[in-house]
Amino acid sequence: MRSRIPVILLACGSFNPTTNMHMRLFELARDHLHQTVEDTYIPKFPGSYQVIEGIMSPVSDSYGKKGLVSARHRVAMAKLALETSDWIRVDPWESKQDTWTETVKVLRHHYNEALRAFESKKEFTRNKHPTKSSTGDSLSCQQPVLPELKLLCGADFLQSFKTPSLWKEEDIKEIVGNFGLVCISRVGSDPSQFIQESDLLSKFQHNIFLVREWIQNEVSATQIRSAVCRGLSVKYLIPDSVIAYIAQHNIYTAESERRSEGHLLQPLRLQNTTINRLRD
Amino acid sequence: MAMEDPDRKTEVVLLACGSFNPITNMHLRLFELAKDYFHETGKYKVIKGIISPVGDAYQKKGLISANHRVTMAKLATKNSDWVEVDDWESCQSEWLETLKVLRYHHQKLLSADVTNSLQHTVPITKLGRKRKQEPNRHEPVKKKNQSPVVKSVPQVKLLCGSDMLESFGVPNLWKLEDITEIVEKHGLVCISRAGNNVQKFIYESDILWRHKNNIHLVEEWITNDISSTKIRRALRRGQSIRYLVPDVVRAYIEKNRLYSPESEDRNAGVVLAPFQKHASDPKSSQALSN
Repeated sequence: MRSRIPVILLACGSFNPTTNMHMRLFELARDHLHQTVEDTYIPKFPGSYQVIEGIMSPVSDSYGKKGLVSARHRVAMAKLALETSDWIRVDPWESKQDTWTETVKVLRHHYNEALRAFESKKEFTRNKHPTKSSTGDSLSCQQPVLPELKLLCGADFLQSFKTPSLWKEEDIKEIVGNFGLVCISRVGSDPSQFIQESDLLSKFQHNIFLVREWIQNEVSATQIRSAVCRGLSVKYLIPDSVIAYIAQHNIYTAESERRSEGHLLQPLRLQNTTINRLRD
Repeated sequence: MAMEDPDRKTEVVLLACGSFNPITNMHLRLFELAKDYFHETGKYKVIKGIISPVGDAYQKKGLISANHRVTMAKLATKNSDWVEVDDWESCQSEWLETLKVLRYHHQKLLSADVTNSLQHTVPITKLGRKRKQEPNRHEPVKKKNQSPVVKSVPQVKLLCGSDMLESFGVPNLWKLEDITEIVEKHGLVCISRAGNNVQKFIYESDILWRHKNNIHLVEEWITNDISSTKIRRALRRGQSIRYLVPDVVRAYIEKNRLYSPESEDRNAGVVLAPFQKHASDPKSSQALSN
């Protein structure tokens, strides 16, 4: 009996704040992966997945994005938002780093963590049933399958690969080659053409899962912040617990929106530095 | 007769009629958007929101029992301090025109208002005295300690999306006289997406145009297309509806296994109640636009 491949979904972003749409991305991705069928073109991928975990990784404050409030709040709000979820959690590792961390590094970190957990679970299982071998007859002792970690993102993230000097080619290769993408796109947008037009991406298209979001729910965090600043209701767009937290801590104000105004995003700043160094 | 307070805002009650099959976050958003809109005008104060699920006699395809739909709406509004569910419409054995539901709620407010005025009459104070400004605009109007006035009754306005407004043009669905009374005597609050055709639709109808001051158009900038149809479709396909409907509603649907291919087939081939009713009525065949 073939085991399903365990998958962990990782979403990186500002989560400023976490909205119903962010959480929808996880649900859509999970449904999609659970309904994938065997891909006859690539026999080595059975195509049958089991999503075991979802991780929300809020970016660190050093990202330098306009209006980004402290990571402490963003992590707290994500936790509140995910209270009712039994499979998605927030991980503050990235937000605690002193400097901004490239996406590929965040992926590597979480993969290593997953691997560690996998190894210790295997060890535990082996210790529990020392007499049974991996080719044993008991179904209860099936060799656990190594989990895969995939980056959950929107179509805009995929499109950002073509922004000059935003990405290193080797990083893109590692992200789509070693890990994989689950890319949610809305009605009216079709990233498959974009993939076809890129040699690199089409090489790894079997590892890019395109999910269409038919029920439009484009609750942008920017609009949420703007509504909060204007005293307008955001009920039913973000969880009640997050609304209460925002009110209690008075997080989003005209002042908070002006933070980092005019500053360059950290990844772009780094790229500029590299370019300048090459020019010398 | 006491003088009218120039600072007094018109009180508004928002009434949403529909299948609510099931209720979604989008339905609930309509209320929030409408309330914010009215408050921003500075002339109105929304005091209540009413969700009135349609009765089973509506006979729409896929419509499940009113009991469930009312229960889900109640669960969804449990933690709202101003939106409530009214099951009067759903309890009627025959389908009721929307106008009748509007009239019912208007009448209900009238009687409640009379009772309130009688309870809170105080000795006459100086005429023209301004009512104290409420610091929190979301608080309901306090009636005590005010000069007794023959207060205007809160207006009941029909809250809807652009699809309902545009359904005015569907032959035999609405009676022309009903549409007229709705916009003339009560009012409409229509929430629609940016780039919609609603304004054009109003322009092309003499009746709607005449009463356009009583048709409030609210733009919804945050695209939110969570239709009940899509929810039911997702459920049939075993897909998640989390974060599209309140979690209590999702749990209720799951527990009671409400939506299936069988439930979707209910009333298949049956003529919708308004069509049945108006088919024999010559007045209904009048066109909305002239």
